Amino acid sequence: MAEIEIDTRGETCPVPLVECRKALRKAAPGDEVIVLGTHPASKKEIPMACKALGLEVVDVEGKDDEWKIKIRR
Amino acid sequence: MTDMAETADKAVIIVHSGDMDKLYSALIVGNGALAMGMDVSMYFTFWGLQRLKKGGLEKGPLSKMHMLGLGKWMIKKRMKASNVASLEKLMNDYKELGGKILACEMTMEIMGVKADELRTEWIDEYGAVGTYVNEARDAKITLFI
Repeated sequence: MAEIEIDTRGETCPVPLVECRKALRKAAPGDEVIVLGTHPASKKEIPMACKALGLEVVDVEGKDDEWKIKIRR
Repeated sequence: MTDMAETADKAVIIVHSGDMDKLYSALIVGNGALAMGMDVSMYFTFWGLQRLKKGGLEKGPLSKMHMLGLGKWMIKKRMKASNVASLEKLMNDYKELGGKILACEMTMEIMGVKADELRTEWIDEYGAVGTYVNEARDAKITLFI
């Protein structure tokens, strides 16, 4: 089981969401994808996308403008 | 993820405008829908189809306050300062996430656009209104931009 970290800090709409999806597509089941970002709306929208994709958000931490989201593929 | 393919909701976007800002809207919605697990088709017609020409993607004017290019230049500067992705990146991401591009054959005919003038590597299908209706009839989101 791998841990994949993607850094979207400084990126704006729709890049954090899109990069997260790209990483999730490449990950194997059981892998953990960690997304770092600073775009406030994406902090809410990445968990929304995970729900739509049926994936578990393991953890969301940090402030709205500096956050880390951990997702299990 | 791809195992959701058969049941995925669908978004279909008609890209009629060739304006830069409207193409941004279309590609951002398309990418967002893909990122949230939907299937997406974008149907490029009229002025929108011109953006699929080689070297044409970033060439569109601004829909308002273009001011002979001055407005576009200013907006592009602001977008660069805000680190907004280029249309080329958005299109490449759209294709990487499995987005479909349909090109309107009638537009090609009336505007004299040949297939070899287009970025054919992006285009999945050439079609007419029936192709759009067929794509859109079971779509959850359909937009005309």
